[in-house]
Amino acid sequence: MAPELGQFALILALLLSFAQCVLPLIGAARGNAALMGVARPAAIGQAVFVALAFAILTAAFMTGDFSVAYVAQNSNSLLPWYYRFSAVWGAHEGSLLLWVLILNLWIVAVATLSRKLPDDFMARVFAVLGFVSFGFLLFTLLTSNPFARALPVPADGHDLNPLLQDFGLIVHPPMLYMGYVGFSVAFAFALAALMGGRLDVAWVRWSRPWTNVAWAFLTLGIALGSWWAYYELGWGGWWFWDPVENASFMPWLIGTALIHSQAVTEKRGSFRAWTLLLAIFAFSLSLLGTFLVRSGVLTSVHAFASDPERGTFILVFLGIVVGGSLLLYALRAPKVAGGEPFAAVSRETLLLINNLLFSCAAAMVLLGTLYPLIGEAFDLGRISVGPPYFGFLFVLLMAPIVLLIPFGPFIHWRSGNPRVALRRLLPAFACAIVAALAALLLVRGQSWKAYAGVAASLWVGIGILLYALSRWRDAPPGRRYTPEMLGMIAAHFGVAVFLAGALIVEATSIEKDLRFAPGQSVEIAGYTFRFDGVQHADGPNYSADQGTVHVLRDGKPVAELHPQKRVYTRNQQPQTESAIDPGLFRDLYVALGEPVGADGAWAIRVYVKPFVRWIWLGALFMMIGGFVTAIDRRFRALPRQETRDAAGPLPAGASA
Amino acid sequence: MKPLRSIALISILLAAFAAGPARAGVDPLPFANRDEEVRFQNLTRQLRCLVCQNESLNDSSAPLAADLRRDVFEQMRDGRSDEEIKDWLTARYGDFVLYDPPLRGGTWLLWFGPLALLGIGAIAVAVTVRRRSRIANAASATCAPPDSGDDW
Amino acid sequence: MNARLLPLLGFAAILALLGFGIWWNQHHDPRAVPSPLIGKPAPTFSLPVLSDPSRVFGSEDLAGKPYLLNVFASWCFACRDEHPLLMREGKRLGVPLVGFNYKDEPGDAREWLSRYGDPYHVVIADFPGDVAIDFGVTGAPETFLVDAKGVIRWKYISPITPEVLTGELLPRIAALQTEAP
Repeated sequence: MAPELGQFALILALLLSFAQCVLPLIGAARGNAALMGVARPAAIGQAVFVALAFAILTAAFMTGDFSVAYVAQNSNSLLPWYYRFSAVWGAHEGSLLLWVLILNLWIVAVATLSRKLPDDFMARVFAVLGFVSFGFLLFTLLTSNPFARALPVPADGHDLNPLLQDFGLIVHPPMLYMGYVGFSVAFAFALAALMGGRLDVAWVRWSRPWTNVAWAFLTLGIALGSWWAYYELGWGGWWFWDPVENASFMPWLIGTALIHSQAVTEKRGSFRAWTLLLAIFAFSLSLLGTFLVRSGVLTSVHAFASDPERGTFILVFLGIVVGGSLLLYALRAPKVAGGEPFAAVSRETLLLINNLLFSCAAAMVLLGTLYPLIGEAFDLGRISVGPPYFGFLFVLLMAPIVLLIPFGPFIHWRSGNPRVALRRLLPAFACAIVAALAALLLVRGQSWKAYAGVAASLWVGIGILLYALSRWRDAPPGRRYTPEMLGMIAAHFGVAVFLAGALIVEATSIEKDLRFAPGQSVEIAGYTFRFDGVQHADGPNYSADQGTVHVLRDGKPVAELHPQKRVYTRNQQPQTESAIDPGLFRDLYVALGEPVGADGAWAIRVYVKPFVRWIWLGALFMMIGGFVTAIDRRFRALPRQETRDAAGPLPAGASA
Repeated sequence: MKPLRSIALISILLAAFAAGPARAGVDPLPFANRDEEVRFQNLTRQLRCLVCQNESLNDSSAPLAADLRRDVFEQMRDGRSDEEIKDWLTARYGDFVLYDPPLRGGTWLLWFGPLALLGIGAIAVAVTVRRRSRIANAASATCAPPDSGDDW
Repeated sequence: MNARLLPLLGFAAILALLGFGIWWNQHHDPRAVPSPLIGKPAPTFSLPVLSDPSRVFGSEDLAGKPYLLNVFASWCFACRDEHPLLMREGKRLGVPLVGFNYKDEPGDAREWLSRYGDPYHVVIADFPGDVAIDFGVTGAPETFLVDAKGVIRWKYISPITPEVLTGELLPRIAALQTEAP
């Protein structure tokens, strides 16, 4: 009974999303307040029904209702309750419902927190968001119904994919979707601005906090995915440039450009076209990511089961949403470059370069990800594009940014003084060079990346700290730091931390495959790894061979690791659970291979990974920066003020 | 629709076997020294497993991957260069096995596209900056009050 | 207007590419790795015969006439899908059907053949898998069509279906047989 209710709830939500889309749009065009007023109630009603459907699906999982086909495919009576909860989004249908739920959460947030903004503008925002929701609900109901029944009812479910029976599944998709989907708000604001002809800076100021929060969530989601892959997949890597990883990274790159471009447009009025386009592209890439993951067009270990019908639907939807918005852009974008003029050396120029480099990086990732498809289409052969391509070009494109980041805060708007900036940054530069040389002398024989990592990290990190210091010294007390500035400081500091982690671990990580007999030990990078045999261990829905590895340093015990080789009861799939001793400055990582020989010996893989946690630590700082920036009160300026500011000369092409 | 169903069946089964288990292809090989080991790891990380197509040859637990790792190791011992080993593999499996796309006619767009885009973009940026700075110079010539430019 | 249409045009190109992707996926096996050996000589090989490992059989024994090499194994589920067709059509193909037992325990392979039938002219066993690597084999089932001069002319990955048989394999065999020796 309940699953059918869930389906019915989705149908009601579909109808409300349609109302939310069409009626306010007509209302805004005609100035009809009643029609415009439909938006918020429709949005909240829709959210209620989607939440209800999600709750019903969750209940089906928690109670083990295997008459629902989706539950039967992804759950099992032995599955622990916390994985039953996350199994709701463990496969295509449920994760799609999560997508819709999170979209509705954002819509409700917009509905609640935007009461001071002009009605016609917000009506259009809700219309756009309603259309997106409509598309996804229609997609769910037509091709991916999570409430379809399985008849005859199976006695027990297939079980959740063992790889997904992990904490990572509980956190990574929801946070990732919060980011992905959150860009729909900036997208809706941009389209509302284009539709209403209101291309002054007001809409940008309103959309900044939403965009920063979405960006922060996306940063968190990607970092969680990277961390999860690192400890779960057993090969010690944190990024593989897999098509689905790229699908989440492209919106992040454009989103980073967007949050900076929005700052310029808001403060100086420049880059309006860039900001509009970037807002459209960020969400378009989110939608593209959804397509890539669910259409089966690209092989990926991450992809959901593919289906040409689903792929075609999303493609058509993508065409309408993105094509429509780019058409609107072509017709309505500002024809004349607006905003204050600026000198060749200015923060505007730096951020223009920033926009360019991040956009090129996103385009590069898109090209590399789609190239195998291009190869097939134009008969260029079956080509693989992997880390050697992406890693090389990404570093090339990001190098100028790393060099220029510290200059950003020191070069003023409109016209900056390069000499003063250089003088201020000299300590950072000196530290970077000295530290890199010191590292070169102390820890010889490493790849150039390690030394570059030290230098780059110190250059960026000390650079931003020098700025923070200069604000403390030079700015009047009480006006030293705004949340926006603090967010910037935190995020740029995060970049420095990330650089250290990524470059140093890539250069200095050690991996060894070893044959260990019980009692044998091996020394790696100053750590002694001693294998003490394998015992049997059991979990709630698996049985495992559990190894014991003691790690010592200078004779003193450092860690006791228990890597496992599990076999899950239901589908008999073997799986390695690696054991990690995490540390701020290094991770010790052990994974079981296969038993070799009759003496109880096993093949074991050992990793020593210096500074790997700094990668995710850096991402956390960036995320904090995004959140902190968003709470700046300036973004919540009264609309009276905005309409007055906006009464200035509008660019050609604007209409009432 | 039969062929497609079979393809789907194989794909699902292969996916179940290939993509499901998280098992590093742990393969202790008798390396003579650390340099040989690092060279082997760097080389096999650039090669794609043909069965678990989303893992490198270094990490895949597929039996074919284990066989190929052994072949790569033996060829390294025989004194072959990385290029020769890659040629040996591409002769049998095509360019698909290389994660580093070779630079040839069909991959021109791939390798030079992003930099060409950057070049075009850089020109556009330079033009924009020149235009805006000319206005800025003209404006400052008419005594616009200099703003500290640091309004946060 | 021109510059502002660029994003839309660029997107249209991407959309077309993705549409192509969906179409392509429906007509091809996305996991199949195309062989670079088409048009190149098949590797020379000499492998033990499954039923009598003291005997060897190899490319020399097949020289001068076209043949079909079918890679199979007892651990391969999809091979069971393909096998009934080979049982029906194997003798009527017009060329010898050589069974290539890939990375299989001989006992398991023999048992599998006795259960599902043996349509092969001869079955050779490549337990280590080295010859298979020379052929560019990535799994089973795979089928190679080799001409009279020993050149690989066609490779098919995944089970041979009646459509593939009549649409691709038989016409190619016919074409080979009318070729000048």
